[in-house]
Amino acid sequence: MSDAMLPALYRVERMIKENEETFTLELEPAGAARKGAVFYGGQFNMLYVFGVGEIPVSISGDPRDTRRVAHTTRAVGTVTRAMRRLKRGDLVGVRGPFGNRWPLEEAEGKDVVVMAGGIGLAPLRPALVEILARRKKYRKVVLLYGARAPEDVLYREELERWSGRADIDVRVTVDRATRKWKGHVGVVTLLVPKASFDPLHTVAMVCGPEVMMRFAVQALRKRGVDGGRIYLSMERNMKCAVGFCGHCQYGPHFICKDGPVFRFSAVEWLFGKREI
Amino acid sequence: MTHPKRPPIDSRWVLERKDFNGLFEALAGRGYAVIGPTVRDAAIVYEEIQSDQDLPEGWTDEQEAGRYRLKPRPDRKLFGYNVGPHSWKRWLNPPSVRLWRARREGGGFAVAPETERPPRVAFLGVRPCELRAIEIQDKVFMGGGYKDDIYKSRRDSLFIVAVQCGQAGGTCFCVSMKTGPKSNGGFDLALTEVLESGRHYFLLEVGTARGAEVAGEVACVPAGKHQRQAAEARVMEAVSQMGRTMDTSDLRGLFYRNAEHPRWEETAARCLLCANCTMACPTCFCTTVEDTTDLTGERAERRRTWDSCFSADFSYLHGGSVRFSPKSRYRQWITHKLAAWFDQFGTSGCVGCGRCITWCPAAIDITEEVRAIRKGDSGKKE
Ligand SMILES: Cc1cc2nc3c(=O)[nH]c(=O)nc-3n(C[C@H](O)[C@H](O)[C@H](O)COP(=O)(O)OP(=O)(O)OC[C@H]3O[C@@H](n4cnc5c(N)ncnc54)[C@H](O)[C@@H]3O)c2cc1C
Ligand code: SF4
Ligand code: SF4
Repeated sequence: MSDAMLPALYRVERMIKENEETFTLELEPAGAARKGAVFYGGQFNMLYVFGVGEIPVSISGDPRDTRRVAHTTRAVGTVTRAMRRLKRGDLVGVRGPFGNRWPLEEAEGKDVVVMAGGIGLAPLRPALVEILARRKKYRKVVLLYGARAPEDVLYREELERWSGRADIDVRVTVDRATRKWKGHVGVVTLLVPKASFDPLHTVAMVCGPEVMMRFAVQALRKRGVDGGRIYLSMERNMKCAVGFCGHCQYGPHFICKDGPVFRFSAVEWLFGKREI
Repeated sequence: MTHPKRPPIDSRWVLERKDFNGLFEALAGRGYAVIGPTVRDAAIVYEEIQSDQDLPEGWTDEQEAGRYRLKPRPDRKLFGYNVGPHSWKRWLNPPSVRLWRARREGGGFAVAPETERPPRVAFLGVRPCELRAIEIQDKVFMGGGYKDDIYKSRRDSLFIVAVQCGQAGGTCFCVSMKTGPKSNGGFDLALTEVLESGRHYFLLEVGTARGAEVAGEVACVPAGKHQRQAAEARVMEAVSQMGRTMDTSDLRGLFYRNAEHPRWEETAARCLLCANCTMACPTCFCTTVEDTTDLTGERAERRRTWDSCFSADFSYLHGGSVRFSPKSRYRQWITHKLAAWFDQFGTSGCVGCGRCITWCPAAIDITEEVRAIRKGDSGKKE
């Protein structure tokens, strides 16, 4: 059995409750063999809960931290709910990392617009962390993030910290505001015209539900960002993560190995079509 | 026995029908379990067989869309049938196979890889289209960055005895797909069955050094010009009997530009979503995994099993299936076979074996579908 199919054991070091449904697991290899493995933003792991099942989850931690790997997951079904019950010290199976990365190199010397909807912020977090760590390499950096309600906003402390920085423009919007909410209300695409960036020299990275991504692309292009410089992270059912099971096919692409990050112009011909 | 111990590669020999069992003995002597055609439940299927007694001697089949009928032949041919419901993929990529086992241990658990080794297998009676299907699955499972150990361990030790086609069935279209009815490589040994003026023999072609070793243990004599021509003539007969055709020009463009086409609704209205086509197809490779535990909850395992793009679960994402309509599933299947496959593996995903046509309870015919899509081709631009 090749390594790619065999889960390696990782120990839960920290379990952070992000909001009612969402939690972050910080994992460390339980055996010596996997120490120092590097997980890049955009990539994902297959996480296995003993006796329950295995699912794809993006890397959400800092790639430079080679001691641990973090995953932020929303509990929606069988495996994710079982995962939410994990405690410090519990073991999970990890296969990966799989897939490609966000185009951080291509974005060097350019403005960067990061757009996230809901749990879509999790896969983008490693990219933001890396960009901020090497901030000089980029020009303007903009984060546009939409959540359903104020209490759903992820990584709140970090976002507040970033908001305090002069070198990143953080804009958060919610669909449904509460009385305490002072920020934007409405869909995340409404933030695009407000943000300051140079569309002709911008790389955009987008992750969220497919409808959100569709409108995000529209709004970005309307501002003049070329489809060749907009990147999306795609999602499909996945069983093997190495291109054998066939489940993640998207036209000619296997999302697990050709993606999950795609240049919009490469998938544009498929993107509008239903049930592909 | 007047032939060298190691006949040269590409040499041709004559093996008489009465000496045919020598092939079984030579293979068994080298530790191979022989998988070959045999009659079971009114069809010719592939199973482990012991001798020529198990072969479908004197049997043939009639095939049409949605119809298969086993029929006695007027002669005693061993390989006088067309491909049946089974394909060789069930040995190279088994319908269900364990990936690993896990056990609770201390506060956690431990995972143990599967250690059972697959048996050494020889396939007897692989048709040219099926050989091509195996080559295609080689690309799927061994041609990329990740190699599939399950497939590779079985494939590496595989011995292939091909049988060139001497007749074609009602749903065959290998000529259109350029996969048959004669194979020029990819086998260890190849046989062409010839019956002429009371003589029953096989032209034996040596394809590899491994094949030469086996051929060296079988009673045969060098083939003369006449026997080579007789074998060639059998293959030409198969060409003339091809039951179906498919125009393969720009299939890729055709399907990519016709994702919206009225035909999809019509075909979907007939399709039962039974997945017979994908199970029977020798190139379809999709699988799923099943994670299970025993009753105590102490032991768990993961199995990999065949899956089909015709099921709703196949494209399930939290909240619903991406391909919820039957139309989108049929479209996915045929578009994958005839278009996406070229991008993914540099080849068509269809070899023209006709199984999906024969075994479809609704008699949906892939060659007919191509014609229908061509008819309403929405703009030949792109
Ligand atoms: C590349 C990739 C990265 C992802 N990253 C994250 C992440 O960072 N955080 C997060 O919360 N979620 C992420 N997801 C989605 C996550 O995999 C699903 O929410 C999860 O599979 C649901 O499993 P379940 O058993 O709880 O749900 P159920 O509804 O019980 O689903 C049953 C089964 O269907 C499959 N399935 C269901 N939904 C999905 C889905 N959206 N994607 C793939 N398979 C699915 C799984 O095999 C699952 O076990 C990602 C998906 C992909 C493909
Ligand atoms: S698609 Fe049909 S005809 Fe083509 S290889 Fe598969 S089963 Fe045979
Ligand atoms: S095309 Fe035919 S064989 Fe395939 S799923 Fe539909 S009814 Fe079944």
